[in-house]
Amino acid sequence: MNEKKFSLKRLIEWYDEVLSLPHKTEVARELRDEDDLFLLLVYSDMLGIPNPAFYYTLELYPFIIEKFHDWHLRMGMEKSPLDGIRCC
Amino acid sequence: MSGIWLALVGGIVFFLGYKYYSKFIAEKIYRLDPNYKTPAHQYRDGVDFVPTNKFVLWGHHFTSVAGAAPIVGPAIAVYWGWLPALVWVLLGTVFAAGVHDFGTLVLSVRNKGQSVGTLASKLIGQRAKILFLFIILLLVLMVNAVFAWVIANLFISFPASVLSVFIQIPLAVWIGYNVYKKKGNMLLPSIIALAVMYLAAIIATYVPALQIDLVSYFGGEGATTLFGLNATSMAFLVWIIVLMVYVYIASTLPVWKLLQPRDYINSHQLVVGLGLLYLGLLFTNPEVTAPVTNPSANDVSWFPLLFITVACGAISGFHGLVSSGTSSKQLDKETDARFVGYLGSIGEGALALIAIIAVVTFFPTAGEFTATYSSFTASSGSGLNVFIQGASQLAAGLGIPATVAATIVSVIVVSFAATTLDSSVRLMRYIISELGAEYKVTPLTKMHVATTVAVVSSAALTLIPQGPKGFGSGGYLLWPLFGTSNQLLAGISLLLISIWLKRLGRNYLPTIIPMIFVMFMTLYAMIDQVFTQWAPWVEGSDWMLFTFGAIILIFTFWILLTAFSAIMSNKDGKIEKSA
Repeated sequence: MNEKKFSLKRLIEWYDEVLSLPHKTEVARELRDEDDLFLLLVYSDMLGIPNPAFYYTLELYPFIIEKFHDWHLRMGMEKSPLDGIRCC
Repeated sequence: MSGIWLALVGGIVFFLGYKYYSKFIAEKIYRLDPNYKTPAHQYRDGVDFVPTNKFVLWGHHFTSVAGAAPIVGPAIAVYWGWLPALVWVLLGTVFAAGVHDFGTLVLSVRNKGQSVGTLASKLIGQRAKILFLFIILLLVLMVNAVFAWVIANLFISFPASVLSVFIQIPLAVWIGYNVYKKKGNMLLPSIIALAVMYLAAIIATYVPALQIDLVSYFGGEGATTLFGLNATSMAFLVWIIVLMVYVYIASTLPVWKLLQPRDYINSHQLVVGLGLLYLGLLFTNPEVTAPVTNPSANDVSWFPLLFITVACGAISGFHGLVSSGTSSKQLDKETDARFVGYLGSIGEGALALIAIIAVVTFFPTAGEFTATYSSFTASSGSGLNVFIQGASQLAAGLGIPATVAATIVSVIVVSFAATTLDSSVRLMRYIISELGAEYKVTPLTKMHVATTVAVVSSAALTLIPQGPKGFGSGGYLLWPLFGTSNQLLAGISLLLISIWLKRLGRNYLPTIIPMIFVMFMTLYAMIDQVFTQWAPWVEGSDWMLFTFGAIILIFTFWILLTAFSAIMSNKDGKIEKSA
């Protein structure tokens, strides 16, 4: 920001960014918590919680597998809890 | 002498402090490394650890640390005349607060973005962390009690401000919902919300029916109401109950629903407030009428009480919690720490400076100043109201009618105090849960139990002190305790930075000297107050202040002894040593 030319528009942008910084963090945290719950639902059957829709959730695996490692770390499990998925 | 001179001197001292002293600290003491991989990059997760532009981070850091405290303290401390308060604010900001805020930020950045509490356990030992938690618990308890009193007091003194403050709540909820669900932008809605609030303030100033004046509802100042309480006491009781119910709800809701959008609107108020005051100062060019030193201030000596009366604005332990809690996780480059940490504390110093100027230029003559500031107790009770009148006098220089300006300034101060109160109750809830988990008291780990404990203890502490207007009006008596716990926390953080520097084999004088100064003054002031004013064997004793003061003293000596033994044993701890 300091390298670019100063203008009123940039000042307003900076001001908006300053004020929305904590809000962005909280919204991101809230969305991440929702995602975490969703991942738990998707992996529930593999974790021993019966899930009647398990078969259909398999289709989602390619989309969520990348998030798996961060998810199990956030859930307090240092190593992958699932035998089928060995990410670390 | 014109008040502008005070602002000018302050500005020059702050400029020199930032330009030269902070540079020296950055290069020779903390030895910032532009290539060091900060936690924001190391643990980047898009939520807590996010590399952020230094200007944006400075703005955020400043709005997080600036609040009502740097206004209340100086408004009381000018009791001893303007010079002692001014000198302490300027030198404190440059040599203590700047080094402290900057140092806690660097220390945390060098240690995975951990908070000062966790760092205390690493540097001193596990017991230090628990003691640290207890001191923070006491600090937030004092903050809750003092700021609940501040808000209730302003609602009673400036009833036209009530409507605006309560209108802000639904507006904030609407903005929070709008941003979260619809991904809308917050800038325009929050400016509209602010305009609605100020419009409500203007209308309420002229329409008495919209002023929620509880004292009048209860029959005026002399009237007796339920339980034999007078009207003012009843008004305090009602406001404090309303506030506590509000903070209970606010601190248990997800932050994005109410707290964050409220903070967002209040950040505009910080800009509006600073703009109104500094521009008003320029346009009105008021004379300083308060004495340089107040020769009639004989009841309480400025030495050492000044140093705990002005806490935020000169040095504040709370800033270390912000530096190490959030800012350290978002620092892009280590070299940005100087800009964010040091300049953040200068922003707070500038707020304290204008608070001093607003008060010392308010009175037409020195005699009127001495009449209002007749004793330390009188100053503590009326300092904030004088600030609001002084600030509205400055704002009147911009063409705003003085009565409207008084309502708007009180809305601004109440909003600051409410933001502090909201976050502080939430923080207290977290600490109670953490202590509950540590000592295996499972019920305390539950959200509603912890919040109930926080809210009930804060309400009790606000209501117990007896002021001149009876029950509930003596919350200001807690101010020295708030100042003490805040300064002690700052002292302990400076001690942690000094231990870290010593273990790295660096010069730790720039951090240990302010630490010794702050600790000595605070302990001296506290021992003096506890044993000569509040103790049961002294006339006019106060068992509650005595108990709290004694507890704070015990904790402090305990943590100092623990720290001393840690320094002597010279254990290396698990501290990042790379320079």
